[in-house]
Amino acid sequence: MPCSEKIVQWMHDYLDGDIQKEEEQQLRSHIQQCEACREHFYALKKTVAFVENVSHFTPSDDFIKKVMYNLPREKRRVRWKRWLTHHPFLTAASLFLLLSTSSLWAVWQEDNEFSFSKQEHLIVQNHTVIVPEGKIVEGDIVVRNGDIKIEGEVHGNVTVINGHKYLASAGEVTGQIEEVNEVFDWIWYNVKRVGYNIAKTLTK
Amino acid sequence: MDTFIKQRIKAVKKGDQSAFADIVEMYKDKIYQLCYRMLGNRHEAEDAAQEAFIRAYVNIHTYDPTMKFSSWLYRIATNLSIDRMRKKKPNVYLDAEVSGTDGLTMYSQLADEGASPEDALESLELQQMVQEAILKLPEKYRTVIVLKYIDELSLQEISDILNLPIGTVKTRIHRGREALRKHLGHL
Repeated sequence: MPCSEKIVQWMHDYLDGDIQKEEEQQLRSHIQQCEACREHFYALKKTVAFVENVSHFTPSDDFIKKVMYNLPREKRRVRWKRWLTHHPFLTAASLFLLLSTSSLWAVWQEDNEFSFSKQEHLIVQNHTVIVPEGKIVEGDIVVRNGDIKIEGEVHGNVTVINGHKYLASAGEVTGQIEEVNEVFDWIWYNVKRVGYNIAKTLTK
Repeated sequence: MDTFIKQRIKAVKKGDQSAFADIVEMYKDKIYQLCYRMLGNRHEAEDAAQEAFIRAYVNIHTYDPTMKFSSWLYRIATNLSIDRMRKKKPNVYLDAEVSGTDGLTMYSQLADEGASPEDALESLELQQMVQEAILKLPEKYRTVIVLKYIDELSLQEISDILNLPIGTVKTRIHRGREALRKHLGHL
């Protein structure tokens, strides 16, 4: 047994690294003289060494995954925002698509005026363009928001947007005849036209 | 390091769950170690450590940034371990079979003297004995000993975690150390 409570208290203060210089000196000189206290101090130091050097274990490899899996679901808004910042390209692409479709839509909505490509021999009656019998129209004809009646000949394509075509038995069109009446058709028509223009510039 | 954690906590508070993964990564080993030393069983420690992190996530709004974040986490894990300790019957007795050995009891291990502490510590049996000695400590001593020696925390940090005056922390460490000495000092 150690000699006194006071000495044991100093031992612990020493092990806590919380001892006054003077007390430490007294502790040291006492331990040199007293075997019981020396043994007690040695046993304490050994105990600390054992506990300090006990090996460390690590949790399982999928620890983080398991924790994350068991968390309550997060707010949807935040998940969205993170997705957007993590996929900038997809975000930009979908934004572009959205804007371009909506602008095309707007143009489709606004564009209600009757118009047609000006060519020789064409006659207009009440929003109807007429290719007269016996006449030949050179080039493509485009009619918007109106109909076309073909009694003569057209050397080129005929496109009717938001209207109908009437082809008389005597009438003839050398190119293609197309009616565009739905917005999706119209968008498709625009896309095709852009593609066609690009192809044309490339071949030039 | 600290600013990184602070920024992650802010993100978690805003509801960004993925930021929490970084926090788990940072502290998982320490928290697991604490739970293991308190509970003495790897499976239970894993379970308790996971629950500690989930509680931290759910209660992140109660975290006071003037406190060290690690201290706050330690507090959650400590309280949780104590709860679990109370629920199960504690202690392995000297005549109980040592897990993973064939018919060996703690008595047979006590005979293993003579080797130097450094050599002896490398043996699994001694590891086991140290763990058993820690598990035999009453919870209030076990807690301070684990925080001080396994996680090398300062007296001030332990006092913050347990919300106890430093004097009380010291007294508990002293008593805990004496109790451990009775089991380990003669080896």
